Amino acid sequence: MTSAAPGVPPVASADPAAPGPAPFATVLLPPADTPLAVARRLTSRILTLCWVELRKIRHDRTELYTRAIQPALWLLIYGEVFTKIHAIPTPGGIPYLAYLAPGILAQSALFIAIFYGIQIIWERDAGVLTKLMVTPTPRAALISGKAFAAGLRSVVQATVVVILSALLGVALTDNPLKLIGAACIVALGSAFFSCLSMTIAGLALSRDRLMGIGQAITMPLFFSSSALYPERIMPGWLQVISKCNPLSYQVDALRGLLIGTPAHLGLDVIVLVVATVAGVTASAALLPRLAR
Amino acid sequence: MSELPDPGPATIATVAGAARPAVSAVVCSGLTYRFGTHTAVDHVDLRIERGETFGLLGPNGAGKTTTIRMLTTLLRPMEGTVSVLGVSAAERPMLVRRMIGYVPQLLSADATLTGHENVELFARLFDVPRSLRRDRVDGALAAMGLTEPSGRLVKTYSGGMIRRLELAQALVNSPSVLVLDEPTVGLDPIARSNVWEHIAQLRAQSDMTVLMTTHYMDEADTYCDRIALMHAGSIRATGSPGLLKAMLGDGATLDDVFRRYTGGTLDDNTEAGGIRDVRRARRTARRLG
Repeated sequence: MTSAAPGVPPVASADPAAPGPAPFATVLLPPADTPLAVARRLTSRILTLCWVELRKIRHDRTELYTRAIQPALWLLIYGEVFTKIHAIPTPGGIPYLAYLAPGILAQSALFIAIFYGIQIIWERDAGVLTKLMVTPTPRAALISGKAFAAGLRSVVQATVVVILSALLGVALTDNPLKLIGAACIVALGSAFFSCLSMTIAGLALSRDRLMGIGQAITMPLFFSSSALYPERIMPGWLQVISKCNPLSYQVDALRGLLIGTPAHLGLDVIVLVVATVAGVTASAALLPRLAR
Repeated sequence: MSELPDPGPATIATVAGAARPAVSAVVCSGLTYRFGTHTAVDHVDLRIERGETFGLLGPNGAGKTTTIRMLTTLLRPMEGTVSVLGVSAAERPMLVRRMIGYVPQLLSADATLTGHENVELFARLFDVPRSLRRDRVDGALAAMGLTEPSGRLVKTYSGGMIRRLELAQALVNSPSVLVLDEPTVGLDPIARSNVWEHIAQLRAQSDMTVLMTTHYMDEADTYCDRIALMHAGSIRATGSPGLLKAMLGDGATLDDVFRRYTGGTLDDNTEAGGIRDVRRARRTARRLG
């Protein structure tokens, strides 16, 4: 076969018997189009973008350390103080610090995810996004890949918070299955919030505006969830908002898994999955706006 | 942009088999795109044969990049069609994407990854099977002379090295048509000729079709088999550089040809690029540190 780039052997020929140079000979045969194959390709795209994220974390760990400072402050100062004054009633009377730890875990994941859209704007500005969109990757697969890459980064960050909590004497579960479950919840929650961020990116189209909107919604999302205090001590109107806030469901699931408080795991997972699917759909629809 | 399902292997075989004798690498017919009231690409007819190096020339704002964006499935034509090896870009975008390698205008490698990782990313996104991936990635890097620095982060690369890395990314899929949008813009003269050496070498060793846009007349003259001059959204002249020059008479340069068909010099027509280009170029520079 004469049509390969030097050192780049063609994989399959559409018509190997044909004489003469044939550019087709260098076309990689696309995988089959059965539902199973499509699902496998989607998984492969998600794994690929997660692989990229892992390499990036490996090359530059600064963010991992700087992002550990805020949760440390919340646990060390806010957590210790509120544990001492017993101001917030906790289910089963567990120490407030233990009640708070999963909330802070969810918060640090939220902070990563909510600004993840900046990366996609940066990639747009750099021309990387255009190139990704010229690969045989459907838009929804590209967004899903990015969403779970954000999830992966959050899980790495969450591990730091878990270790921190353990050092502060919080009695976390040592059941590996529950820990894996918690990691999945963190990844799923971050996938949703990064989709929210990428959706805003598709509407705002500029890094500065996205930063502004991100700053404006992060704290309301945090305070209107059950991350810091149980829903039942909130005023009625806040309870309604909290019920609509996916972060509350994420925190509920994390508490159930890590601390063992009563939780509605099934409902939590359903809410997070539905929210993530909606988020992927919305940001995939807005992707062409970004790439224009 | 429609997102039709990826075709199965049978489709490719059919397309390749049925179309083999006559099909051209790229065919545009009546290709049109408007931004609001401004017609960026105006009923363009173009045919690029297989194995050709074809240059699309024109001042900034002539519609070259918009044409390329329709070819690469990023924009859906408003009128007319563009097809790659007989496959319509609007109807079968996933199949067309598998057949082309694309290097955009801006330096667009990921500076926070190594050279090797950048190429491997594209091998994965193009479904290069795991068993072949390593050879493919190493081969593409070697073809672009980047074996030695491939383990370094791209932020340490020079502009010319990044361009060659992007070519390696585009090659890892063994594309039939290589699409280069301003491949040497912003590079110093040594890096420019170095990038061209690698493209020429690649051309000598394969029968890949190369479509590129440029506004460096000397490069078009030296490296293109045929060129098309584009101005205000339409093709004004097509032919080999030699033929186009001969048509203007003895001693004419490609610059003269350009002036004749676009009614001006390159420098007079730069307004259309405007502040956005400048800002994008600056952002790239900042990103690459």
